[in-house]
Amino acid sequence: MNDVLDVALRLLVVFAVFLVLPLVIGQTEHKVMAHMQGRLGPMYAGGFHGWAQLVADGVKFAQKEDVVPKDADRRVFQLAPAVALLPYLLVLVAIPIGPSEGAVGQVVDAGIFFVLAVMGVGVLGSLMAGWASANKFSLLGGLRTAAQLLAYELPMLLAAASVAMAAGTVSLPGILNAFEWWWLPWQIVGALVFFVAGLAELQRPPFDMPVADSEIIFGAYTEYTGLRFALFLLAEYAGIVVLCGLTTVLFLGGWHGPFGADGLGWVWTLLKTAVLAFVVIWLRVSYPRLREDQLQKLAWTTLVPLALAQIALTGIVKVAIQ
Amino acid sequence: MILAAQAAAEAHGFLSPTGVEIAFLLVGLVTLGAALVTVTTRQLVHAALWLVVALGGLAVEYLLLTAEFIAWVQVLIYVGSVVVLLLFGLMLTKAPIGRSPDADSGNRPAAVAVAVAAAAALVWVVVDAFRTTWIDLDGAVQGSTKVTGEFLFRHWVLPFEALSVLLLAALVGAIVLSRKKKEGER
Repeated sequence: MNDVLDVALRLLVVFAVFLVLPLVIGQTEHKVMAHMQGRLGPMYAGGFHGWAQLVADGVKFAQKEDVVPKDADRRVFQLAPAVALLPYLLVLVAIPIGPSEGAVGQVVDAGIFFVLAVMGVGVLGSLMAGWASANKFSLLGGLRTAAQLLAYELPMLLAAASVAMAAGTVSLPGILNAFEWWWLPWQIVGALVFFVAGLAELQRPPFDMPVADSEIIFGAYTEYTGLRFALFLLAEYAGIVVLCGLTTVLFLGGWHGPFGADGLGWVWTLLKTAVLAFVVIWLRVSYPRLREDQLQKLAWTTLVPLALAQIALTGIVKVAIQ
Repeated sequence: MILAAQAAAEAHGFLSPTGVEIAFLLVGLVTLGAALVTVTTRQLVHAALWLVVALGGLAVEYLLLTAEFIAWVQVLIYVGSVVVLLLFGLMLTKAPIGRSPDADSGNRPAAVAVAVAAAAALVWVVVDAFRTTWIDLDGAVQGSTKVTGEFLFRHWVLPFEALSVLLLAALVGAIVLSRKKKEGER
């Protein structure tokens, strides 16, 4: 009985994190973007600096009519938002936030492969939405999503493999246990490749050509309204949480910090994740959108060679220190 | 060896299945059903999506056999990449919503023959190789990343390298085929 309670409690906590952190990041994005552009952002909802704006947005989405276009493939169209969102919930289960046994939803033996595999499934949601909408903009969005995935998946995997080589394990808590501070400069190239490829996976600016609202009207999500559209938006913010958390765990040492790693490890994890999330928002405000072919060029001529070079470096150092 | 097999068969009767065995069977049925729908449905994109279900079911089967690493790699490579490539191709050809009655090459009998022959060969080989081997779920994990890696790189290095060379050859071939010839060249 105790085991069942333990598992239920962990899943509940992960679910709560899954519901809260994306909203926090969404609200931060409102405010940070506004201040970077010399405005105030939402100020009225909830009273204090518009903290309840996203809740109000959620209520608005829930009130809207849920429209399925006449020519759309009904079931696939309705299933797509769930396929896009649920993988990120599953990934959160495997991300450790503290040093102790209890600070991870579930220890997964092949953790890196688990998180990357499940994150890849989320892309299917966008593809399903793009095809099932029976709309040419949606189809274009779906095509761009697929092309983008083919470009960034390889460098992302290679960068993650480099860390796994360094740590000698593919389990996420195992990698953190093996972490030393000098891994930071050692794996920095891999970290950059991983983060950039992750941004492309999330379709965040500057890699947001699959949704590009000014050219193809939000791509795969053109036909979505109400709650289903909100689920896609939530998937994007949950994706930011997952990507930043993963980069923190794989490359920035997770719960390791200059001091207080024993008791306050989870604070370090959350702090690093928050800083990375800020960078994600910052990039959105500062960089123009790339073209699809520019992303392909960036991925195949820059990211893949860099990731391979990182793997070679990791191998050399690993052999040298043994 | 035979004695051990007999002992295993006695210890694990077929009449009192455990929960894991029942789950294995049920997931197997779902996988088989999804695979059948994949090859019989007239809707192209639906076939690709049912393929996701079939491949995912296979991953669950690997998990139930304690082969965690293989399961996640299955999801990563097949669901994450191969099916996306398939969908990409289908979208490029503007696969219509609804039935595609002309999407039938008329090779059904030949396809059925090949499929049945392949299935028979695989089932025969697997059954003959493992017979009544049971996985001890309470002991050390037999399909963990560590065990898989040690097996692969201690006992199966040569096939592994041969496959790498084969894949490299396929890669080079794809590049050669996809390079455009210049106007004057013939």
